[in-house]
Amino acid sequence: MSNYIKLIALGLITFFAMLGINFARDLAYQVHAVIIMLVAGGLFLYTLRKTDEPVAPLPTNEYMDGVVRAGVIATAFWGVVGFLAGTFIAFQLAFPALNFNWAEGFANFGRLRPLHTSAVIFAFGGNALLASSFYVVQRTSAARLWGGNLAWFVFWGYQLFIVLAATGYLLGGTQSKEYAEPEWYVDLWLTVVWVAYLAVYLGTIIKRREPHIYVANWFFLAFIVTVAMLHVVNNLTIPVSIWGSKSVIVWPGVQDAMVQWWYGHNAVGFFLTAGFLGMMYYFIPKQAERPVFSYKLSIIHFWALIFIYIWAGPHHLHYTALPDWASTLGMVFSVVLWMPSWGGMINGLMTLSGAWDKLRTDPVLRMLVISVAFYGMTTFEGPMMSIRAVNSLSHYTDWTIGHVHSGALGWNGMISFGALYYLTPVLWKRDRLYSLGLVSWHFWLATIGIVLYAASMWVTGIMEGLMWREVDANGFLVNSFADTVAAKFPMYVVRGLGGVMYLSGALIMCYNLWMTVRKAPAKEASLSVAVPAE
Amino acid sequence: MSKKPVQPHEIPTTGHSWDGIEEFDNPMPRWWLWTFYLCIIWGIGYTIAFPAWPLVSGATAGLLGWSTRGDVAADIAAVDEANGPINARLEAADMTALTSDPELHGYAVSAGAAVFKTWCAQCHGSGAAGAVGYPNLLDDDWLWGGTIEDIQTTVAHGIRNEEDDDARYSQMPAFGRDELLEQTEIAAIANYVVSLSGEPQDASVVANGAVLFEENCASCHGENAEGDIYQGAPNLADAIWLYGGSYADVVETISNARFGVMPAWSGRLSEAEIRSVTAYVHQLGGGE
Repeated sequence: MSNYIKLIALGLITFFAMLGINFARDLAYQVHAVIIMLVAGGLFLYTLRKTDEPVAPLPTNEYMDGVVRAGVIATAFWGVVGFLAGTFIAFQLAFPALNFNWAEGFANFGRLRPLHTSAVIFAFGGNALLASSFYVVQRTSAARLWGGNLAWFVFWGYQLFIVLAATGYLLGGTQSKEYAEPEWYVDLWLTVVWVAYLAVYLGTIIKRREPHIYVANWFFLAFIVTVAMLHVVNNLTIPVSIWGSKSVIVWPGVQDAMVQWWYGHNAVGFFLTAGFLGMMYYFIPKQAERPVFSYKLSIIHFWALIFIYIWAGPHHLHYTALPDWASTLGMVFSVVLWMPSWGGMINGLMTLSGAWDKLRTDPVLRMLVISVAFYGMTTFEGPMMSIRAVNSLSHYTDWTIGHVHSGALGWNGMISFGALYYLTPVLWKRDRLYSLGLVSWHFWLATIGIVLYAASMWVTGIMEGLMWREVDANGFLVNSFADTVAAKFPMYVVRGLGGVMYLSGALIMCYNLWMTVRKAPAKEASLSVAVPAE
Repeated sequence: MSKKPVQPHEIPTTGHSWDGIEEFDNPMPRWWLWTFYLCIIWGIGYTIAFPAWPLVSGATAGLLGWSTRGDVAADIAAVDEANGPINARLEAADMTALTSDPELHGYAVSAGAAVFKTWCAQCHGSGAAGAVGYPNLLDDDWLWGGTIEDIQTTVAHGIRNEEDDDARYSQMPAFGRDELLEQTEIAAIANYVVSLSGEPQDASVVANGAVLFEENCASCHGENAEGDIYQGAPNLADAIWLYGGSYADVVETISNARFGVMPAWSGRLSEAEIRSVTAYVHQLGGGE
């Protein structure tokens, strides 16, 4: 019966997508209508073939690892795509001739930049969060994912969102809000997928067979709930036409800016911090085989982080039309956020006490630990940069770009790599990774790459900040903007080289994971049936 | 850390286990807790000192009375006050005699350089060397005149803009687009014009081109193509080209004409700033 409802829905979607192709007012919308028509039409045929065929009952007590395996593959794939785009646009900035004339309008810097940011944050980071949260919630709840095949809908729905967002950017379909560029219909689709994600996650926690909810799940849940709220409020737009991608935001002027950076900062706070802390709280104790350092610290820093992060957004709008009072509050909450952020770092690093010697022999643990170190550095740098006096130098400079990347490459990237190295042998039932030597290569390439990136951006950022404000004895500006751009060239090349190293490390990882699945010895009798730990 | 870390094995766990993960019942590190408290106390103090808490009809102003706008206004006022007397002298000065007052001239040039880097470099380049369509200001080839007074007029009122009635204005006919000349005639003129400072593409039509130039172009550009600064008609014989000097570029110019626009700065910059940037441009090398 449910198949018939599905067929009707898919048929309607296919039909409206066809109408959309015909009536489309812009290219991005038209291409998206084609994609949606193909996906919905394909699913229609697939469902039709299965209708009234006998179906095997779904297992109920076995961990649902297929979707986690898919998430691992997607994470590695989108990671390489995102790093490649980032490395290319880094060189576009150093050598503007790489903005080829023939590619103007889809592969120039302006079009590729959001492709890069969304590919690394939402495609790479998002899939890492999907895969690890689905894995962790099952293992720490001793329960199969709730909702039957709903987790598969979340996975594939999310991939469709990524494809629609990416193609939209290249074709100019954007609402020009940083990290929230996708247009209205893509936002609506993501909302549907996200609600399903929340349902799968909450459902699994509710039917857990452990008496308590493990700390990693608090963080994952905070991430899912808050991102839903942020996404909906920041994307309240009215489409100009249902046949076009363009829409108009409901927030006016500086309120729009404030909502945007409330969203933007909490995308960092809840997507890239809370969610990844969830990963940290599972994979570090597992890989180190040590108990978490302090339960008290985890509960206090969790609630402090959640409560304080949400107010820190106005520090993105110092010295703008935003009223001073909002700017002050944003700055104060950012500084108070320092210790709650470091609570996670302490709990991660101190979990290794008694096991520090493992860093010598286990490059995966080394990767997880250095990610926490970068997390600590970035969450100190962030509150410092939010201070108005510092911000008046750092804002709009490359320092901000360097700050974001020591967080994104160092913290989010490295912990995701660590999670992938942990998950691949487990999920494919291998005894071990194909090569720990290659993990070491990845570790050093990535670490040196990040150092080159962050250091070069500190240099250019502080240099251009000082050049912008440099005045002579009469109070006249000394440098033109073009002078500051010319002065940054050598550091732009260094930054690009850092990107090349980071990308090379990720390619080595992909080879290593692939060979692990293909060649590493199989593990006997691994446990994939849900059994409570206590 | 102030204390030696407690050895983990001396501390009990909370007794829970998830997939083999346990949690120690360690206390929060004291330094962490106290730094957190200090940050909160500092935060409360800071919000009392600075504008912070929104109330019904406005926000608290803060005990220090500080505001971003007040800060900027104070900076600007300080510079205005420091430069006020010399700006007044500059506004009253005879521009043609500016170099006779080294102090004033030096001030005007350094102030003008800053104005140029902020407002002019976007088109004319940060070194004032120009680009295709934007004149080089370092050479002695001037479209509208290179005396200090000519430059001042150009800066203040601009060229071919809609906003200033005193803007310099002239318009070259589009001989091709408006079908004033045949394509063969345009080709002949272009060959002639190119021959004045280089190699024509087709030397056999140069003589014919010269005749056509005399009939169609000389009224503005002069009989010897030497140009006319009163109409902004460029000198075509000096091998300096604003829109390119290749045969194809010249054909394009004759066919569709050019219409370079420069904004008027009199409404946007102060009189002292206009005079400063005039002095700066005049001393770049080509000023007459």
